[in-house]
Amino acid sequence: MTPPTSRTDRDEAVTVRAGESATTPPADDVVLRAVDISKTYGVTRALKGVNFEVRRGKVTVLFGENGAGKSTLMKILSGVEQPTSGHLELDGEVVELSSTTQAVDRGISIIHQELNLCPNLNVRDNIFMGRELRSRGQVDFARENEITRELMARLEEDISPTTLVADLRLGQQQIVEIARALATNARILIMDEPTSALSAHEVVVLFKIIRELKARDVAIVYISHHLEEAIEIADYAVVFRDGSLVATADAADIDLPWVVANMVGRAAEYDFTDEPREHGEVALSVSNLRVPDPDASGRLAVDGVSLQVRAGEIVCLYGLMGAGRTELLEALAGRQPIASGRVLLGGRDLRGMSVAERIAAGIGLVPEDRQRDGLVQLMSVGSNLSLSSLLAMVKRWFVARGKERASVQAMMTEVRVKAAGPAAPITSLSGGNQQKVVIGKMLLTRPKVLLLDEPTRGIDVGAKGEIFSLLHREARKGLAVLYATSEIGEALSASHRLVVMSKGRFVREFDPATTTREEVLAASGEPAPEVLHSGAPQ
Amino acid sequence: MSETTAGPRILGRRVNVNKLLVEGRALVALAIIIVAFSAMSPNFLQPDNLILMTRHVAMNAILAMGMLVVILNGGIDLSVGSAVGVSGVIAGYLLQGAQLPFTDLVAYPSVWVVILAALAVGALVGWVNGLVIARLNVAPFIATLGTLYIARGIALLITNGETFTNLRGEESLGNTGFLTALASDPLGIPMPVWLMVVFAIVFSLILNRTAFGRWLYATGGNERAAELSGVPVRRVKVLIYVMSGFCAGTVGLLLTADLPAATPRGGELYELNAIAAVVIGGAALSGGRGTVRGTLIGAFVIGFLVDGLVLVGVSVFWQQVIKGAVIVLAVAIDQIQQLLQKRRDLKRAAASNPPAGPAPTPGSTGADAALAGTR
Repeated sequence: MTPPTSRTDRDEAVTVRAGESATTPPADDVVLRAVDISKTYGVTRALKGVNFEVRRGKVTVLFGENGAGKSTLMKILSGVEQPTSGHLELDGEVVELSSTTQAVDRGISIIHQELNLCPNLNVRDNIFMGRELRSRGQVDFARENEITRELMARLEEDISPTTLVADLRLGQQQIVEIARALATNARILIMDEPTSALSAHEVVVLFKIIRELKARDVAIVYISHHLEEAIEIADYAVVFRDGSLVATADAADIDLPWVVANMVGRAAEYDFTDEPREHGEVALSVSNLRVPDPDASGRLAVDGVSLQVRAGEIVCLYGLMGAGRTELLEALAGRQPIASGRVLLGGRDLRGMSVAERIAAGIGLVPEDRQRDGLVQLMSVGSNLSLSSLLAMVKRWFVARGKERASVQAMMTEVRVKAAGPAAPITSLSGGNQQKVVIGKMLLTRPKVLLLDEPTRGIDVGAKGEIFSLLHREARKGLAVLYATSEIGEALSASHRLVVMSKGRFVREFDPATTTREEVLAASGEPAPEVLHSGAPQ
Repeated sequence: MSETTAGPRILGRRVNVNKLLVEGRALVALAIIIVAFSAMSPNFLQPDNLILMTRHVAMNAILAMGMLVVILNGGIDLSVGSAVGVSGVIAGYLLQGAQLPFTDLVAYPSVWVVILAALAVGALVGWVNGLVIARLNVAPFIATLGTLYIARGIALLITNGETFTNLRGEESLGNTGFLTALASDPLGIPMPVWLMVVFAIVFSLILNRTAFGRWLYATGGNERAAELSGVPVRRVKVLIYVMSGFCAGTVGLLLTADLPAATPRGGELYELNAIAAVVIGGAALSGGRGTVRGTLIGAFVIGFLVDGLVLVGVSVFWQQVIKGAVIVLAVAIDQIQQLLQKRRDLKRAAASNPPAGPAPTPGSTGADAALAGTR
């Protein structure tokens, strides 16, 4: 755990970097330089005098927790925001980027963390939005289609240019977002969390493309919460903490502990495991479940899955995008209709029960897309927390305020939400704290089984740890947990049992204590037929 | 600490500066109207005139409260004007004596039965709206546009285009008292005003204190999230249109008693005044945002404006122009305010500092506490 070039303050970082000139590439390799950039919002100092360089043909990876200042810096580099002080130099010349259009004109493109697509338009029109190819006063759709097809071929996605974006899965939408940035032929490409919804295979393809871009001298700035993934693609690593750049290093010299140590300011382990213990009764029993694919009629998204989760047990569903994890969880929660099969909750058949009835019976879902499915943005933290359990708080017509306040306060303490209070708007919370509210909302209904779909999507390391330790605490009290993830580290370190899904079926089951990443990854890519459970193949 | 986290910590209610400003804006408009018209006409602030104007406001306010619950859900109810017409006509029809089918008998139901029947008819129109919208997934605009025509057509069919004017009933038939019940002035305050107050209290309680009220705000704010949270979104949807229809039924009775006549054309275009009141009162047509208080203020703004213009002798044509301009202006200001709020949110999001405490200092980041939890 002794990092090669760990530094704790900015001035030192600058000095040491200057001293490293032997290994530093010549200065003309720097295409974009941020000089002494500060950004202040009211009393909050989001960036404190940051010096940052982007080099031609290299991948510079930014590490840092949420709120460390990475996204603010990227917004400044891409013209979304202007710095309070400091300036940008492009090819050695001082430039002012007062809009994204200016940035794009100068060859700087950004793939935003949040998807910026029009779901009502097709893939082609989204990719060329605002930059339509014209010939003789009309849009040249044929040419646009052709370029879109080429981009999709490069990204190894089988998406037709005329597919509606609304019909794509989240991961595919992210691919479209990436394709849009690629289509601008930028010299400097900023990727803010480009892989949060991508499957392992899609990440491999993206990395291949990043290497191609590097070969063409494109400078890339990359931000990801998937630390290992980011280390893999990095040429240079830069760590932010509290608005300052605290460490820089050559990618060859760094490892995961170094990154994490610099991010949090001290050494920390990335581990959520707990000691083995006996699990209770079977809480959830799924037999031979089939769920139709909501996007394609006639196809099964879940094809004959059987599973048991015991009280106190944490089971992980691992699989690639499209493996059927989301559909399985949504079917269990009552969000999607099932084609056949049986779901028993503590022996009680859930057939025909609505989402509300299932929550009352003791099974609830923490959905994948927090903003779209998890939160009511107009309501306060407290109202979001109590939303699922209001009926239990009703006394003679009205919601008992004292009772609600007490439950909400207790749950905020239990899930450790950091907020100004129950009345704070939910939108004022960080992603991690919002996720804790969504989980807390379900815990307030006193569930027997908690389903979580990608519970750590877009959340920083610290909050990830908190969320898993919260699940472990609840499991110790007897909650059965079933969570889906596409992050292998989380799949292995946080679960008692690991089930790999592929193409709607269970392919293998692992004991996380005795298995390796490679085994799990290999299983998730396996075709399908080697079915463990009684899912009868037709 | 950002401005939105300040303010009283009332659980479940987003009491914040922005909300007060939105309502404040309607209040300011109301104040301007009152000051301007009382300067132009000495009669404007006379108690008699105030009571008269409030009486005019009351019916629109009751309709607007029904409209509010629909708009909170993100819907719209264009059929309320027709529901007013058809429930008024039903009341008139029953008071005149209802011909029983296949017999020569004419039934004269008592006044309470008449009132209940008219309310039921209003609620029925709403129920049909709700079913079509919640079960058949027809857009609220279209579904209620359909019932706008259907209900109006039924009102015309019942009366054959005529107007029922004999609403007094006869002692011998035991159906007198309709006008006393609805067009009287208990304690000098007209019945519609009393009912407006009752509706305001009941709707406030429903929206702020019941689980249903919270569900309504939640479905309007994010229907998918509400559904996954176990909120019975369809039941909520049906119920709000029933509530709106019930309000229309009440207004149908009040209008009939006020005229006093049951005309099949009664209530035409009332839906537009109701929508205007809700919107001026700060509600978002996209749902999830709006209050009873704001809606009442909105109804007063429109009512006082129209009556004031009449009082100072502005031509009917100009009245229309001015009313329209006020509505657009009110919503434009609302949009500007929301834009400013969004900008503040964006800045906060970009800063993305944990809002729980003061700006984090090195060495005491949220991550420390976070990681402590994993041990």
